[in-house]
Amino acid sequence: MRWITTLVVLIALVIGLGLWITRPKADGEAMVSGLTPDAAHGGVVFTASGCASCHMAEGATGADKLILAGGQAFPSQFGTFHAPNISSDPEAGIGDWSALDMWNALHNGTSPDGSHYYPVLPYASYIHLEPQDVVDLHAYMTTLPADDTPSKPHDVSFPFNIRASLGGWKMLFLREDWQMDGDLTPELERGRELVEAMGHCAECHTPRNALGGLKSGSDWLSGAPNPAGRGTFPNLVELNWSDADLVEYFTSGFTPEFDSAGGHMALVVENLAQLPEEDRAAVAAYIQALPLE
Amino acid sequence: MNATRMLTAAATVATIIMGPAIAHAQEDLPPSVAARKAQMSLYAFNLGQLGAMAKGEVDYDADAATAAASNLVKLSSLAAGPMWVPGTDTESIDGTRALPALWENMADVVEKATAVNEAAVAMEAAAGESLEGLQGAMAGLGQACGSCHKAYREPN
Ligand code: HEC
Ligand code: HEC
Ligand code: HEC
Repeated sequence: MRWITTLVVLIALVIGLGLWITRPKADGEAMVSGLTPDAAHGGVVFTASGCASCHMAEGATGADKLILAGGQAFPSQFGTFHAPNISSDPEAGIGDWSALDMWNALHNGTSPDGSHYYPVLPYASYIHLEPQDVVDLHAYMTTLPADDTPSKPHDVSFPFNIRASLGGWKMLFLREDWQMDGDLTPELERGRELVEAMGHCAECHTPRNALGGLKSGSDWLSGAPNPAGRGTFPNLVELNWSDADLVEYFTSGFTPEFDSAGGHMALVVENLAQLPEEDRAAVAAYIQALPLE
Repeated sequence: MNATRMLTAAATVATIIMGPAIAHAQEDLPPSVAARKAQMSLYAFNLGQLGAMAKGEVDYDADAATAAASNLVKLSSLAAGPMWVPGTDTESIDGTRALPALWENMADVVEKATAVNEAAVAMEAAAGESLEGLQGAMAGLGQACGSCHKAYREPN
């Protein structure tokens, strides 16, 4: 019987070691201390990052888009996730969060109580945000209205409902390096920040492997099926649009045929339209520089 | 027969059988569906005139711009009721992208159509003034058209 005990102990050790290696990572106060928050710039980060598109109530328009009550559903191959309340309400929302809590959520995908977030909160993109961006974003979000709608639980099946299992996913797919690298012009650098970090364009437009990781290289932004089952996310690599076509699309949502952007892209366009013209030109420049090697 | 020829033959047969069926499906669109698509196409056509100037593909021409904008105002003033006959949604017929939700939220649909009219009126005022004015008014129209598509048109 002793060998059974040995085996159980061994398995427990291996699992324990795995969980230890993939445990949620969190940074300490030094990451954000000494940074002076600029709420106005935080508003730009908020818009460019599309936080409201996911965290507002379904179908909200106008000023209601800034009430981050949550509740929208996000179907995926692993189940249906619901965006939580991230309004400034200290009970139902995140009104009691520090800038460091925000940094750990967006950069490390780790909650204040030290568990993993699901990557449906697109921290695989937000990992590229600068500490200053996050401190500014946090300051801006404290100025938004409070709402006491309780967050809805996710509807995700075993084994994906175990947050500890996300450590493996992070180890495989969470990367701090940019996809577009090398010597970039200032415009392409800004485009990269808007596309790869804030705009999280790849979350929709890039195909995924069986484990839900984004493909890279020439597959980057090459289009993907929509997990919601209806429609597809178009290929941005083989898009033969002029610079002016792209900028018009990001400003008014009109395609070169003067049909208008639909689906979730309409929300993305509403955000891009609020940014300065140079930013839309920078996103266009990034798209024109595809494919990546 | 080698594989390529067999495939070609099969494709030809399929075209002969399916061709008329496809053409038939187009012809069979209820007139109301054909009419609303025609209205949408006219929107897009007139926006194309304005958009080409906005993008710098053709030179700015105040008269042509005003004419196109006036067309948008007229198009968005058409009595639309008969073009949205109940039973012509995606659940009921082929050849349409209009979602059933459109018929369940008529008050909102009218509001969204009115918003297009207002944006067209704003464009009519701006288009003859200057190229910058025209460019500035494009976003308002885009949002007005898009907000109805977002809510009531099936994604591609
Ligand atoms: C694609 C949709 C999407 C976008 C875009 C998005 N989020 Fe989220 N967010 C989610 C989902 C879904 C969760 C739940 C994750 C979980 O439970 O693991 C979440 C969780 C969070 C949480 C954790 C809340 C809590 O109570 O623990 C915070 C904070 C947050 N998001 C902030 C943001 C900010 C700030 C932005 C913009 C920079 C943003 N989110 C953009 C979908 C999104
Ligand atoms: C939440 C998912 C989502 C995100 C995030 C997203 N897109 Fe899209 N995108 C779409 C969908 C869906 C369409 C198709 C829209 C339609 O059918 O009208 C689209 C269409 C487009 C098109 C037009 C392509 C065509 O062939 O019509 C461009 C260009 C584009 N997106 C660029 C971007 C950029 C740049 C970003 C990041 C700033 C981005 N998208 C972020 C979902 C998304
Ligand atoms: C009241 C809602 C509404 C408004 C406002 C609206 N659309 Fe549409 N549009 C639709 C619907 C619904 C369809 C799908 C029609 C169908 O397939 O039966 C559509 C289809 C289209 C199409 C495709 C037509 C085709 O041949 O299949 C184009 C192009 C278009 N719209 C352009 C526009 C433009 C440009 C504007 C603004 C000037 C606009 N639409 C305003 C609801 C609207």
